[in-house]
Amino acid sequence: MITVLAIMTAGIFLGWLLHHKKQFLKIVSHTTNWAIYALLFLLGVSVGTNEKILNNFDKIGVQSIVITLFAVAGSILVSWLTYILFFKNNEG
Amino acid sequence: MKGSLIILLFFVLGIFAGIYQMLPDHFLENDYSMYALYFLMFLVGIGIGSNKKSLDLIKSVNFKILLVPLSVIVGTYIGVSVFALVQDNLTWIDSLAIGSGFGYYSLSSVLISEVSTDVLGVIALLSNITREIITLLLTPVFARYFGKLAPISSGGATAMDTTLPIITKYIGSDYAVISVFSGVVLTILVPFLIALIL
Repeated sequence: MITVLAIMTAGIFLGWLLHHKKQFLKIVSHTTNWAIYALLFLLGVSVGTNEKILNNFDKIGVQSIVITLFAVAGSILVSWLTYILFFKNNEG
Repeated sequence: MKGSLIILLFFVLGIFAGIYQMLPDHFLENDYSMYALYFLMFLVGIGIGSNKKSLDLIKSVNFKILLVPLSVIVGTYIGVSVFALVQDNLTWIDSLAIGSGFGYYSLSSVLISEVSTDVLGVIALLSNITREIITLLLTPVFARYFGKLAPISSGGATAMDTTLPIITKYIGSDYAVISVFSGVVLTILVPFLIALIL
């Protein structure tokens, strides 16, 4: 995981140096999309060859939705508090 | 939304390719995905470093605006921790890792499946796509009952791009800067937080 972060940090530095090279950044953006597609295809392949995941797909799906409801509810409640304490009174 | 459909399509194509064994054996035996992930992270880094938006936003930082992404992180972690307490399929650590996607499903899912298990990667994918869909559908409700930061907070990392149009439509364009700021901060933090947790 440290390797991943080190590589990303190197990328950030390179991007900062080359932020005015429009053509280069366009290629980077396209390649990023295709790298993501490739990785999600590969994730799909490992799912398709994994009986355990295939047989429990419904359960996994329900779990994913439920955890998201908790995540969204938690973040909305905390930011509601932040809004009332720090933002609301400053509006005209 | 179009982006999510294309991503889901590749994921589904992969599942079918796996089920019907349409790929050569040496492809399945060798795990190329780690190298693909390194390559992707390098590209994502370039994207962050060269993003004029993120450079400009550093100038607009103040105490109050920092509270927005901070509230999203704290709130999400509280939410998924409660989730971890009420069921016993996913551990607390796993739940925190999934929450750390903040809607950035493409990166969080491939990262988590690489570092942890494929099951967890799939949950991260479905969960974070759900976060985007919930935000797209319920922004009007959130904005009405839970204040102007609610849709930004629900959108998480997506508040800077895919959910930004609907968010600004319901909370006003004066909050657009805050929405983009929060989304950019969370997007950058996703890989770091997942790395710290797993």
